[in-house]
Amino acid sequence: MKLRMKKLAICLLLVTAAATPAFAQLRLTITEGVTDPIPIAVVPFARAVPADGGLDVAEVIQRDLESTGRFKGMPRNDMVFKPTTAAEVDAPGWKQQHNDYVVVGRVSALADGQVRIDAELVNVLTGQRISGPYSIAPASNLRNGAHRIADVLYEKIIGVKGAFATRIAYVSVDGKPPTQRYELFVADSDGANRVRILASPLPIMSPAWSPDGEWLAYVSFERRVSAIFVQHRRSGKKTMVSARAGINGAPSYSPDGKKLAITLSGSSGNLDVYLLELASGQLSRLTDDPGIDTEAVMSIDGTVYFTSDRSGAPQIYRVTPGSSERPKRVTFTGSYNARPRISPDGKQLAMITLDQGAYRIALQDLSNGTVQVLSKGRQEESPSFAPNGAMLIFAGRERGQGVLQTVSVDGQVSARLDADAGEVREPVWGPFLPSTIQP
Amino acid sequence: MTMKKLVSISALLATLALLSGCSSKKPDVPPAPPTPTTDTTTGVDDPNATVGDTDASAGPPGELLSKRVVYFDFDRSDIRADSQSIVAAHAAYLAKNPAQKVRLEGHADERGSREYNIGLGERRGQAVRRALALQGVAETQLSTVSYGEERPAAAGSDEQAYGLNRRVEIVYLK
Repeated sequence: MKLRMKKLAICLLLVTAAATPAFAQLRLTITEGVTDPIPIAVVPFARAVPADGGLDVAEVIQRDLESTGRFKGMPRNDMVFKPTTAAEVDAPGWKQQHNDYVVVGRVSALADGQVRIDAELVNVLTGQRISGPYSIAPASNLRNGAHRIADVLYEKIIGVKGAFATRIAYVSVDGKPPTQRYELFVADSDGANRVRILASPLPIMSPAWSPDGEWLAYVSFERRVSAIFVQHRRSGKKTMVSARAGINGAPSYSPDGKKLAITLSGSSGNLDVYLLELASGQLSRLTDDPGIDTEAVMSIDGTVYFTSDRSGAPQIYRVTPGSSERPKRVTFTGSYNARPRISPDGKQLAMITLDQGAYRIALQDLSNGTVQVLSKGRQEESPSFAPNGAMLIFAGRERGQGVLQTVSVDGQVSARLDADAGEVREPVWGPFLPSTIQP
Repeated sequence: MTMKKLVSISALLATLALLSGCSSKKPDVPPAPPTPTTDTTTGVDDPNATVGDTDASAGPPGELLSKRVVYFDFDRSDIRADSQSIVAAHAAYLAKNPAQKVRLEGHADERGSREYNIGLGERRGQAVRRALALQGVAETQLSTVSYGEERPAAAGSDEQAYGLNRRVEIVYLK
């Protein structure tokens, strides 16, 4: 039996299973999934009590897979047997219960107090057996290890690397105008493990990740006027990098992490885009136009995309740093296109578009200009690509409150991350974290 | 097809809470923020960037002078006819009191892109600044800041709230 199965084994060595704060103030709801999600049984893993800290690894994996809208997990109550190794999996039996895949695994405590996860994927339809990657690596916590296993399972089945073991940053706002409190948070991509980075009675906006996921740039009005800061995520080390007269806004890291694209206005109030080299503090001007030029973002090839209303209404333009060419307009569909973000492969442009009187998230194919509106709300903003390019996270409104939402780039799958309290906005999806699963 | 499915994490939360020793009675207290170990500054040249420089009671009394908010139409930054007299009254007062400084705080309604709205708020602040300067107020008395849609005066997503939020506040500085 075992030889006939497609099998994938993944192992993780986990250093500190219990170091994870038990906070999860965002709640995920799938609002729209694919018509025929892949049926998968994620069988409860063999436990290692108390070293596993009570974490239900299989549950984390199942939720990750289901959060994409492309999988439907088998209810545990329907599982007749609960095998923990691929050898124990009766493939025809699971197939009869309408599963395509079965995931089994074990959590084990090691002598040095570390914890290890072994997971195996069985394809009950093909009966094919393929040796999967096998890895041992340290991870910061057991939950993260579960996310990393979900990443690999997703890739094995869908063909695209999963983005579960990633982080998001977002701004949370509490209180009624005009007295509000602003906080900047970092959380796991599923909303768990929320950590507060900054709190202020004055606005915090436009968070942006460094490409290595170690730093966040943002705009804070804590000095009553705008200033751009970069802050080290773990140590909290915070550096003010721009507090020039007028507007200091819209920071965005270059792909190499050495520069920030920012918006400055000077005291004259004319917003233009600049590149700020972080090490030297050297500024170079990228745009020079009396209109509003702002919210620049750099593509992987170095092209800078930004919003400009030089034509009378906001549209997306692009310019190549160091080139003498004038900025070229990129968007021609609709009267309002703003807040460009470029997919990791540089081929897609996500933006806010005015669509039938509503502000929605749209995707433009940069090779042929085709535009697809992905969301259905009335006031949606701040799109941000997942590092695998498969999903976008953005801010929407639900019953008058700001909520975070995700949508797949094909528009088929939508989900909502509701906050326990207050309003959440400006989500930004962080990069892939250094891999701890090695073949 | 719409598949409505609530993915609850309460069971997981409970087990995690047991594990980490965090009482489930206080789930709303986030971990303490990292303490900044350094707070270096570079590229700072804004002379008006100080906290606590405002005084709600500061500013001159009087029918028009006590009105310190100028409202704007949708997507516009020109001062409406009904606000001209307010701006003129502040201009006259400031021209006679050259030591008095004001900060012009521009705002936008919540629709559209946040950073673009920062630009719109700035445009409105600059419009009031130009009007005051044209009426004899020294540039040194005037500064602007744009809060975009970040500091609404009124909650809500309707025309009334939008109208109250598209504004420039004239803030007298101590």
